[in-house]
Amino acid sequence: MARVKIDNYALPEAPRLGLRGWLRWIWRQVTSMRVALILLLLLALAAIPGSVLPQAPREPAKAAQFLQNNGWWGQFLQKAGFLDVYGSAWFTAIYVLLFASLIGCIIPRCFAHYREMRAPVSAAPTKLDRYELRAQGEASGAPGDSVGLVAKALRPNPGFWGAFTGYRVRVDERKGGAVALAAEKGHIRELGNLIFHVSLVGILICVGFGAAFTYRGQAIIVEGRSFTNSVVAYDSFESGRLFSEDRLEPFTLRLDEFHSQFSLGGRPESFAADVTLTEPGRDAREATIKVNSPLKVSGASIYLQGNGYALDLTFTDAAGNVAFSGPVIFLPQDAAYTSTGVLKVPDVSTGEQVGIKATLLPTAVGEGTEFISLHPDPTNPVIVFTAYTGDLGLDDGIPQNVYKLDETHLSPVRGEDGQQAVMVLTPGQTIELPEDAGTLTWNDTVRYAALDLRADPSLPFLLAFSITALLGLALSLFGARRRVWVIATPASASGDAGAPATLIQGAVLAPPHDTVKATAELERAMAAVNRQEEDA
Amino acid sequence: MTAQSLSLAALWGACILYAIAMFGYSIRLAREADVRTQAKRLVTAGGPAEDAAPAAASGSEKLPKSAVKALGIARSATTVGFVLNAIGVAARGVEAKHVPWSDMYEYTITGAMIAVGVFLIVQRKRDVTFLGAGVVGLATLALGLGLAVLYDEAKSLPPALQSIWLIIHVSIATICTGIFAVAFIVTALQLLKDYRDSGTSRTEWTRGRALRFLEAVPTPAVLEALAFRLIAVGFVLWTFTVMAGAIWAEHAWGRYWGWDPKEVWSFVIWVIYAAYLHARTTQGWAGRKSAYLALVGFAALIINFTLVNFVFQGLHTYANG
Repeated sequence: MARVKIDNYALPEAPRLGLRGWLRWIWRQVTSMRVALILLLLLALAAIPGSVLPQAPREPAKAAQFLQNNGWWGQFLQKAGFLDVYGSAWFTAIYVLLFASLIGCIIPRCFAHYREMRAPVSAAPTKLDRYELRAQGEASGAPGDSVGLVAKALRPNPGFWGAFTGYRVRVDERKGGAVALAAEKGHIRELGNLIFHVSLVGILICVGFGAAFTYRGQAIIVEGRSFTNSVVAYDSFESGRLFSEDRLEPFTLRLDEFHSQFSLGGRPESFAADVTLTEPGRDAREATIKVNSPLKVSGASIYLQGNGYALDLTFTDAAGNVAFSGPVIFLPQDAAYTSTGVLKVPDVSTGEQVGIKATLLPTAVGEGTEFISLHPDPTNPVIVFTAYTGDLGLDDGIPQNVYKLDETHLSPVRGEDGQQAVMVLTPGQTIELPEDAGTLTWNDTVRYAALDLRADPSLPFLLAFSITALLGLALSLFGARRRVWVIATPASASGDAGAPATLIQGAVLAPPHDTVKATAELERAMAAVNRQEEDA
Repeated sequence: MTAQSLSLAALWGACILYAIAMFGYSIRLAREADVRTQAKRLVTAGGPAEDAAPAAASGSEKLPKSAVKALGIARSATTVGFVLNAIGVAARGVEAKHVPWSDMYEYTITGAMIAVGVFLIVQRKRDVTFLGAGVVGLATLALGLGLAVLYDEAKSLPPALQSIWLIIHVSIATICTGIFAVAFIVTALQLLKDYRDSGTSRTEWTRGRALRFLEAVPTPAVLEALAFRLIAVGFVLWTFTVMAGAIWAEHAWGRYWGWDPKEVWSFVIWVIYAAYLHARTTQGWAGRKSAYLALVGFAALIINFTLVNFVFQGLHTYANG
């Protein structure tokens, strides 16, 4: 195989980097702080479009609408990944490179820090005069004993943990009987820094792990009805690549009652779903699911995500047979719970299939067929509806949106005036549709709850890494960085009774904001010499 | 007196006192700058340098009486304004029967209180008189805008906000906003001072009379160190805010992260300040460039509070609800 030519051969004399050299160069670049900085800024910049443009994973309907409204420009944005920024190749590339840079930076620093922690503290300087923060004292004990006491004050715990909580200390004996102590604190900053960055990698791994094993299902349950936990029972179900259906425990959940409370102005004040949960092999238990308090079931949580009204309707076809009877879900469209619902009646005994599009107004005010809803509570519920006959399109085998009527093969039911008939129905009432299409009865109004079931096995690990990241960050930014030196010299032997045996000089080096506390610590440590004296 | 009228009266009072304090701090700064400029001139003109040098260093001894008085008025107005601000915030909480940071108005009045509070705390430890005008000026602006534009009647909490995390997540976010606001002013002063001291033609505008107050401001290095301390605290708290938000989102919405516009911008802010912290220690980025990043971070914070609430639709839209 020919040699891969990647060097600049325009300069024949120049030394060759070669493939390995180039790889090393690329790695150096990726792990350099400058590149990390640029990647960070790119990450911030790249995240912004996702807050401006509709994102397909989060709001698919809006994204589709955006595509429709924006022609080639929309197509271009979609192709370039702007409608799914956080799943796009370029966003992924940025954070993968950033994490590569981070890992490449952190691993050598971990080893370096380990070596540094084991290496001895560098010795105290000969003289302390040039330091600004100094203290002086005297002791009656020998220099060695005095310095020992100071060392003990600086690092109360001599064991392994002492290195994290106190100073690392070194004591040297000097010529002439002097003893010098050098102590330093601040390695905890680098330790925190490393913990923080390693935790970030942990968080990223957890997110990836969670995405592979997570599952999420949505189901609408009408009051008095039950739901069994299985993939087919959900209205929609998403799961990660490594999810297996065996993980769904076949529990049964019944919605006993749904409570809602609105202020006079119609603002929601409380939503609560009273449910009965029956897990296999266990007694049924009652629970309440609220917006901020999900129900925990075998590794998953059930969240209350929405609610609305379901109307119990009966449709009788032209021959007088009941073709449909049961609750129909109405989806709220505004804060006053003006809701829309669709009734599809394919099983008519005679004639064509029937479809009904209806709008529910819980507190209806208006005349004729023009109403608005003033409040979400069902004070004066009314539905306004139109009917269609023809082919509902359900026999094609293509899954349909149950909340939408496919009107392509339907024709509107018209009144005597030849216009599409708009009809109004109130609870308990039965209405006969024009064109002998059938009759519709409103039997009852009940509530429904939209529930989300979600499991993500990575959550506890994610929380753990978040906590270590936060602690590490705080350590790395707030850990004090100080160096302390204490030199004890034997006082010149004057022979006077009561004269101190040892002179002690101390100095501390600390960043400007820390000077006051650092000086106080130095003085406290030096005072340890005399405290011992009093005790004795 | 109802809690509502008490809250409004106290907040308007605080707003006015902050405005007075702003003038006081400005006058003080201008006088101090005049004295220092004069001292400088004396030195450069070959005057009695021995006499002028200490004056330039300490400054305060040779200040005219009006400057001393202005500082006194500014300090008392700030303190009393802060107390009134706190009363206004507390009364709003009593009126609404929940923590006073559930909508934009409440967030603004609480944020203004925190910013002034941070300033008062820092002031106890070191002389930061030069920050006074900026901080209380910003607080005046925030309170004024809050009362005049953002005001909304106190409402009961919607179910989505009925959580212990409202107290934790939003309060820390408010504190962060206050801290970052003070850091923003320090950084802006740092850059202006740096421009004024360095002497390129492009930064000529900073040497005009309008900005002569910069003479009374510490060196860029001192300001940089102060800004860093503030941003370091803010960054740790912001990290906590984002994490607490993720935990709350997990409880309320069933996912800890969903790239909602508010989440996107919180992430962007976090990344920008993270970049700032890295830039400080990177050759070629330390100093001015990292200061720019701190300004950009604060701009993102403001966007997160204004644009994201009003323009982008998301789950965090409690702005007008």
